[in-house]
Amino acid sequence: MNGKKNIPAGKRLLELVRNNAVPIMFIIICAIFIPMAGFSPSYLLNEIVTRMGRNLFLVLCLLFPIMAGMGLNFAMTLGAMGAEIAVILVADWQIWGIPGVVLAMILSIPFSALLGFICGTLQNMAKGREMITSYIINFFINGWYQLIVLYVMGAVIPIIHASIMLPRGYGIRNTVSLLNMRQCLDDLLAIRVAGVKIPVFTFLLVGLLCLFIVWFRRTKLGQDMRAVGQDMEVAKAAGINVDRTRIISVVMSTVCAGFGMVIYLQNIGNLPTYTGHAQIGMFCIAALLVGGASVEKAGIGNAFLGVILFHMMFIVAPGAGAFITGDSMVGEYFRVFLSYGVITLALIMYEAKKRMAKSKAGQELAAAQVKKEDA
Amino acid sequence: MSEKKDYNYNSPSKFNDEMKTIPPARWPTELEKAQMGTMTAMVSSFGLPRIIISGFLLVLFILTPFVGVDLPTQITNIINRFSWNAVLVLAMVPMIHAGCGLNFGLPLAIICGLLGGTLSIQLGFTGPMSFLMAVLIATPFAVILGGGYGLLLNRIKGGEMMIATYVGFSVMSFFCMMWLLLPYSSPTMVYGLSGNGLRPTISLDGFYNQVLAKILHIKIGNIEIPTGSLLVFALLAFLMWAFLHTKTGTAMTAVGSNPAFARAAGINVDRTRMLSVIMSTWLGAMGILMYQQGFGFIQLYNAPNNLTMPTVAAILIGGASVNKASIPNVIIGTILFQGIVTMTPTVMNSAIHMDMSEVIRIIVSQGMILYALTRKTEGAK
Repeated sequence: MNGKKNIPAGKRLLELVRNNAVPIMFIIICAIFIPMAGFSPSYLLNEIVTRMGRNLFLVLCLLFPIMAGMGLNFAMTLGAMGAEIAVILVADWQIWGIPGVVLAMILSIPFSALLGFICGTLQNMAKGREMITSYIINFFINGWYQLIVLYVMGAVIPIIHASIMLPRGYGIRNTVSLLNMRQCLDDLLAIRVAGVKIPVFTFLLVGLLCLFIVWFRRTKLGQDMRAVGQDMEVAKAAGINVDRTRIISVVMSTVCAGFGMVIYLQNIGNLPTYTGHAQIGMFCIAALLVGGASVEKAGIGNAFLGVILFHMMFIVAPGAGAFITGDSMVGEYFRVFLSYGVITLALIMYEAKKRMAKSKAGQELAAAQVKKEDA
Repeated sequence: MSEKKDYNYNSPSKFNDEMKTIPPARWPTELEKAQMGTMTAMVSSFGLPRIIISGFLLVLFILTPFVGVDLPTQITNIINRFSWNAVLVLAMVPMIHAGCGLNFGLPLAIICGLLGGTLSIQLGFTGPMSFLMAVLIATPFAVILGGGYGLLLNRIKGGEMMIATYVGFSVMSFFCMMWLLLPYSSPTMVYGLSGNGLRPTISLDGFYNQVLAKILHIKIGNIEIPTGSLLVFALLAFLMWAFLHTKTGTAMTAVGSNPAFARAAGINVDRTRMLSVIMSTWLGAMGILMYQQGFGFIQLYNAPNNLTMPTVAAILIGGASVNKASIPNVIIGTILFQGIVTMTPTVMNSAIHMDMSEVIRIIVSQGMILYALTRKTEGAK
């Protein structure tokens, strides 16, 4: 640990660049792609601001499990599913506008908390491979979600309005219109600056979550979480209930993801019932990593920078692809490739670093042993 | 320490000689103990999920005559689908043996097979020859890409599964671009209008559609058996079984079950793991060609992704775990999983007029993987 101070400045600069390689790479990609795509600056700015409002809340919810050392929470999708069930119910009760959104958020809490609890418990059973477990949980719960929405809703859970039901009499349609809920949060207190609509209220909510995260880090529970994230054994020895702390971090993450999903859906204005949550996890994780976060360390700044860079790339990639190859599909595949690639890279760097630290610790131990023997 | 001085563990060949001379009284007893442990553990942990799945399939079979579904057709379907998928499931075995975990990076292997298949057609081969050429062309790709993949997995021991998943995704999405950009020109494969870029689905009529299945094809009443495909699988499975009993194969198992011991015994852990990954990749490439041969179509773009989870789930249903797998696991697992996949839609549809097969398939396969990942006994590695 003390070795860090002895590293010369040049090496430290190199390390700084290496640690921020992903954001730098994305800045370069965006810089090349923006002129190629040929969008007007106001259009780009508008899109970025909209997407920031839409996605920031979701990305921020990933911070809790990282704090607890559980890595990237691929199972944040569970919160999204909980929110979707809540939104379907609220849409069926025809409660629209702000009350609808608030009710959907409140209603999503029990669903996401329950799913988060299940997820946390399963992850505790698979310590050391939390990420792959959370990744599989996300598919597993997706199966149950489909079972409920496709077969139970309308058959067992009463659905009043035929407009959101499949013609066969049970199950929810592929798309549920949320037209009466559309952008009601975004339009609240919205201001326009030079043609760019700024959804002030949504940003206020995001700011509130940021404040909460900053405050939470200083609480006893937050400190416990970081201790667990540092070293589970030491935390246990210090009297922290490790399993419980880890479950709480996952539950907090899923509940926040539920809120985030409601914000996301009210911005989009319709609910793609069976595909809405599918890509959420991946895009949010990719965005966070693009912002310079790693598997074990992430901050609010990473989330903001990541959302801006990632979505900038996302907007301009098809246009740039069409410019280079004459086929916009290439750009579309390219942006998917970049999102997968950045996650792969982050995971590889994390594991390689973990191994390096391990072998370094081993060497230090051996060196100490030798010294002792010499003395 | 004194034991170490007695044996020279430095060279692999020496190690194998030592293996023979190690007094049987010493380490077989430990081995037996371990086996006894796993035997009793297996009985207790044969596992609720597996019992439920087998029971479910049994219920489906019993239900068939009552709901008016033709049983022979169903059996034909299961045998057919077994012949399509078995080699893919077999591809899981080497990597599990070498301790690389479940190969969620299967799309990488599938891409090698797809390259083989499409290049074989592009080069103008038809009929059975096109299959042979596809296998031949896929092989160098499997060796190179598998080698690179193995190199990567050696640097991140312990986190293989998560990274394998995303390596698979990355390679797949990279090749999504490549299918559009590579200069393919065979009119059977490219988009008709623009003349470049491969179509998402390519029919194999006239190429290697059913070429293996037709060999020694047997028809008894309504039951049809694609003998050729089954024989090829049997051959590959036998080779795999034989390999696992050679020196290198034993070394692979040792690496998987106890890397520290394997290293102490002079086995080159990294090279063994690399070999297992290359084998897995080649078998995966072979597997997708077998699949296409039965199915009759090449599916490109995001299609490789759809085969990963079913394949992983199949071997787990067959009784494998994250670090143990055998040939019977492959056979039983493929039959059980494909049985459920083929029987559920028809039987449930006729019984309750409700097609829940997709949902059941997701829950069964993912549930099985989750079960394997969360078992405490396998957690420590």
